[in-house]
Amino acid sequence: MAIRLEKAWRPLTDEVVKGLAAQLGVYQISNNKEEIVYIGYAGGRSLWGLRGALQDKLAELGEGYQFRIEVNQQYLSRWEELLKVHKGDHDALPPGNKDHRPRRVGQLSLG
Amino acid sequence: MDLELSDEQRMLVEQVRRFVRQEIDPLEADMDPDASELAAEEHERLVGMTTGMGLYQMDVPEEFGGAGLDVMTRTLLAMEMSQHRAGLYTPCYGTFGSMGLAQLYDANDDQKERYLYPTLRGEKRGFFGLTEPSGGSDPARAIQTRAVQDGDDWVINGQKIFISGADRADFGLVFARTSPDKGRAGVTCFIIDTDMPGFHVRRIVHTLRSTHYATELQFEDLRVPAENILGKVDGGFSIANERLTRNRIPYAAACLGVAMRAQDMAIEYVKIRETFGDLLATRQTVQNMLIDNEMDIRTARWLTLAAAHKADQGEPFRTEAAMAKIAATEAGGRVVDRAMQIHGGYGVTKEFPFERWFREMRIRRIGEGPNEVQRLIIARDLIGGSFH
Repeated sequence: MAIRLEKAWRPLTDEVVKGLAAQLGVYQISNNKEEIVYIGYAGGRSLWGLRGALQDKLAELGEGYQFRIEVNQQYLSRWEELLKVHKGDHDALPPGNKDHRPRRVGQLSLG
Repeated sequence: MDLELSDEQRMLVEQVRRFVRQEIDPLEADMDPDASELAAEEHERLVGMTTGMGLYQMDVPEEFGGAGLDVMTRTLLAMEMSQHRAGLYTPCYGTFGSMGLAQLYDANDDQKERYLYPTLRGEKRGFFGLTEPSGGSDPARAIQTRAVQDGDDWVINGQKIFISGADRADFGLVFARTSPDKGRAGVTCFIIDTDMPGFHVRRIVHTLRSTHYATELQFEDLRVPAENILGKVDGGFSIANERLTRNRIPYAAACLGVAMRAQDMAIEYVKIRETFGDLLATRQTVQNMLIDNEMDIRTARWLTLAAAHKADQGEPFRTEAAMAKIAATEAGGRVVDRAMQIHGGYGVTKEFPFERWFREMRIRRIGEGPNEVQRLIIARDLIGGSFH
């Protein structure tokens, strides 16, 4: 598993999202410049897994965004890893995650 | 050994049991099933409660502001504190305080000011860096991280793996070889700050646990002042060994707590679940599973409390701690597995805690020294001498 999520971006639209399976895992959302604006996960309490989580984000953000997913049972540690990688690459969390975390993100030496 | 609980022990056990049932269980009903951390405001509220109970920082010696409980009482409470979904690795989400790094109780005054007291106040976090890619069970031989003296400093190069909490820590205890030819007598414990140049968290090591992951560390010419040596040069092995032995008792107790809760849940379930027109409780196959659970729990509990008793007497307890660790981790695995089986399909869903306990309990047979190594320790003590 690559440390970065490098799958192709897909449009965050109702049509695309409803075709997803209700699996657990992590996802990223980017704007039309492919800048990541949010990193999230669909955990064990999610009603419809990644499909439901992305439907919620679509309702919140509207169209004009893209997403990519990774099905992963270890969604919490993978989510934290993606946050650390983003922080390492950009020296900041994605805008949508800035006020999100109750605890410190921690460090990861990339490269 | 007298296993009769004192009135105070009985009261404390009941108090902690009530705390888990009334405060922790309801919170977990709404949390991610793999979560290991409470929201800050909830954590603060519950710390207020445990402080009021006089049990905050229960692992910390009285001289440093802790509750000053004996090992037996602490073990009894550990069996209660782990009786919830996240309880195996984060009993009550740390609301009874953390023991920090117990090795720092023996630090010098300057080190205590810089590391111990801030940790006890919750201002700093530390990690324990022992295991390396070459192994963790045999620190005398497996430690290949080197520290070389350079003037007043020591320069550390090497790697560590399966290190918990290093990515979020402010400092850590790192064991490095300072005398290459001295085996276990050639290892030194350094206190390193995680913002020192040359300290790298290379990756998260994903495991069966979704939170409380491990990390892999790399030290590249990490320069540490000599004043950051904990204890003496070449005296690190006893620091590591002492911690590993002492930790095995609460480690066993936490497994037992989970097993006890799984058994309670299984007993409740068989009294309400019907199959083929009758309750599961009437099925002899199911009864046998509950009996085996109970025997597993009681056997392991006896060994664990015996280890705690010996520790309290100030007697050597290495063999007893090893037996407790083996018995509790293996019994815990069997009990959770049977409880899961009794619950059928529901047992493997994330609606119930069994699946998390099942995953995390498997790790316990490896963590804090694999059970095979514990058996080696017992054999050494029985037969005498050192052998391979």
